[in-house]
Amino acid sequence: MSNPVAPPAAARRRNVLPGFGLSLGFTLLYLGLIVLIPLSAAFIKTSALSWEQFWAVVTTPRVLASYRLTFGASLVGALINAVFGLMVAWVLVRYAFPGKRIIDALVDLPFALPTAVAGITLTAIYAPNGWVGKWAAAQGFKIAFTPLGIVIALTFIGLPFVVRTVQPVIEDLERELEEAAASLGASRLQTFLRVILPAVLPALLTGFALALARAIGEYGSVVFIAGNMPMQTEITPLLIITKLEQYDYTGATAIAVVMLVISFVMLLAVNLLQWWAKKLTGREA
Amino acid sequence: MSAAASTLTVPAPTARAAVRPATTEHPAVKWTLIGVSLLFLALFLLLPLVAVFYEALRKGFDAYVNALAERDALASIRLTLLAAGIAVPLNLVFGVAAAWAIAKFDFRGKNLLITLIDLPFSVSPVVAGLIYVLVFGLQGWLGPWLQEHDLKVIFAVPGIVLATIFVTFPFVARELIPLMEAQGREEEEAALVLGASGWQTFWRVTLPNIKWGLLYGVILCNARAMGEFGAVSVVSGHVRGETNTMPLQVEILYNEYQFAAAFAVASLLALLALVTLALKTFVEWKTRHESEALPPEMPGPAQNTIVGSKR
Repeated sequence: MSNPVAPPAAARRRNVLPGFGLSLGFTLLYLGLIVLIPLSAAFIKTSALSWEQFWAVVTTPRVLASYRLTFGASLVGALINAVFGLMVAWVLVRYAFPGKRIIDALVDLPFALPTAVAGITLTAIYAPNGWVGKWAAAQGFKIAFTPLGIVIALTFIGLPFVVRTVQPVIEDLERELEEAAASLGASRLQTFLRVILPAVLPALLTGFALALARAIGEYGSVVFIAGNMPMQTEITPLLIITKLEQYDYTGATAIAVVMLVISFVMLLAVNLLQWWAKKLTGREA
Repeated sequence: MSAAASTLTVPAPTARAAVRPATTEHPAVKWTLIGVSLLFLALFLLLPLVAVFYEALRKGFDAYVNALAERDALASIRLTLLAAGIAVPLNLVFGVAAAWAIAKFDFRGKNLLITLIDLPFSVSPVVAGLIYVLVFGLQGWLGPWLQEHDLKVIFAVPGIVLATIFVTFPFVARELIPLMEAQGREEEEAALVLGASGWQTFWRVTLPNIKWGLLYGVILCNARAMGEFGAVSVVSGHVRGETNTMPLQVEILYNEYQFAAAFAVASLLALLALVTLALKTFVEWKTRHESEALPPEMPGPAQNTIVGSKR
């Protein structure tokens, strides 16, 4: 309320709305207290280590194995989602079939379903005595408690990202372009590869990056199905918790800093992709 | 609905068998795509959803009700409601304040502020819990002071509330910022010129304009608040009947091989997810409906931001 209705004196159009000081002040205070100060604690705690000490903690064989697993499984999950997410988005926008609206709403289930519930449910399905796990066991392989199970959990958790970023772009595609391509003699496949795909690509990459970022940090849906064997099926977030339970706060924080830096890089990549998509299509991806 | 748009294309001269417009796929391609998509969604979405309720009711309805009426289960439900009951209103007030400052005023560093508000979404839940341990834990910055005054944050309810606030921090703000930016300032300015006070303008002009976006953000915020697992798990300490939220109760029961009881509590959370999806779909339908009712020169700004909203 520090900004009473000001006379339009200045050359620039003055903003007459009140409450700027109050709302921005509260925003910054709350942001600082809840997010920025606690986040800085991780960096300050780690800065007590020398670079060599830090490097030694975050590159032990067990930690390196957890990075490989976390990134590998996240990458595979995000790739699966890129392929099937694009297909699902296409089908939901372009085709009519019974039950479409319910299916469209159901796509957001992984956002709405608590991760622990997803975790125990996927485990129940894919464990050797579960509905799908039984079938896999008969074929002689295991899904739950192997990296394959982790990929399935991460695919589930990232499913809505690609669909929901690509869907509005497909809705906005200009059919005239496809007609032009067709009238110039392009086959449907050529039209898809040369006209549709380039238009959808920035959104597809954004969705892929969002799914990947989410998968890398994911914990709840993975711990149950993973098996959690050190060096084999132990993801990085779980390793942080293990170190915390052993009161190794320094080690846990050092690994957390690595994850934070990766998160920030992913966030930057997503922002760049969205900026690119906006420039290309003139709308938010 | 898709075929109608392409009737303008010149039909092929050899009209006979295949008068398929050039901008649609061959029916075989179309139905294959639909089939594969539905199979994928059935495997990854429908199967887990069915499995939750199947496992919960496996030992019969009486066992299901008994598992939910158990003392620790009830305590976990109460704690979950408490954490969401504090986190959601706080983030609601924050979201409105942040959106007001960002959408109605120009200032330097606005884009940085928006990015910072989104930050909690890109932080792993486990790391979110850890940073509060570093601030409030025994070894942490405020640990000694808290102990001196006999206050407990970590491994107690305040820590759970704080972690919940962190992970649900951006939900309301990120719905409202684009919505209020699209609506501009004119209506508020008109109200002020006509003599309304700042608060009157907010309650009578701004709030009715943003109510569906606000509700949308609150629905998503609440779902995450009640379902958060990783962050809360780090700060909870897992004291039965005291610091276990519903997702943590699910974990404990599951690890004790009480599968039916674990899935009984999990089924409540799955119901919450279904209610969330239904409400969300309703709000999307409502905003589309209202923006279509507006005259064409006043396109409902809500449509772009809410329908097809991501995350």
